[in-house]
Amino acid sequence: MVGLNEWLVLGGVLFLIGVVGVLTRSNGLILFMSLELMLNAVNLTFVALARYTGRMEGHVFVFLVTAVAACEAAVGLALFVGLFRLHKSVDVDQLNAMGD
Amino acid sequence: MSERVLFYLFGGLAVVASLWMVTRRSPLASALSLVVAFVSLAALYAVLQAHLLFAIQLWVYAGAVMVLVLFVIMLLDLRAEESARAPVTTAKFALGALVVALLGVKALAALWNVEAEPAELPADFGSVARVGELLFTRYTLQFEIVSILLLAVIVAVVVLARRRT
Repeated sequence: MVGLNEWLVLGGVLFLIGVVGVLTRSNGLILFMSLELMLNAVNLTFVALARYTGRMEGHVFVFLVTAVAACEAAVGLALFVGLFRLHKSVDVDQLNAMGD
Repeated sequence: MSERVLFYLFGGLAVVASLWMVTRRSPLASALSLVVAFVSLAALYAVLQAHLLFAIQLWVYAGAVMVLVLFVIMLLDLRAEESARAPVTTAKFALGALVVALLGVKALAALWNVEAEPAELPADFGSVARVGELLFTRYTLQFEIVSILLLAVIVAVVVLARRRT
């Protein structure tokens, strides 16, 4: 039987990989995918905790998070398409118009 | 196969695919390895007896969301950008390594010390009926809020994606 701590550490490792992706990459689309990975890592801990407590609230939360993530994907990708039309690039390091 | 074998098989696959995703130069390669990570997470949900979420993970994440991402990647011509610059600058890599070293190790150590015994599960744990029952009784408000959010997003995306003339 796999312990709860192993599931949580797996979720933590996936979340950290997502954090590193968001912090280090400059391609907007890869940034976006790292964000999705972080959401999924949290979902995994929800499902693992639901399994170990025997309560199904975690499943409901994952359901809601998935719906919100799908919304975020639609809006985020529409923004990137608009951004690409303006700048011919999705490099977030070049988006410094407000900083200058 | 035992639960432990499946955990290490699909957990390892998810970690490797995620690492591959953040280190690839091409967004297309990243997206395809993220699909692998999402499918392995779906398998882990099945191991955790979350049957409805197993299906939703495959449909919504590995299916709908990733198709959308791949569609956008192919729509935008990113080839010039890919080859132009190094994917990660040294300063950013240092920042990422610092965060993992300071926060990550501490957090993982805390998670490792959690102890719990698996609960006795009812036969219909994780089924569509049980999750649906919770969604439409105790969590109706949250469900409706998400419905309104979806409606707002449909309108927002149409407005965003419309070409200004």
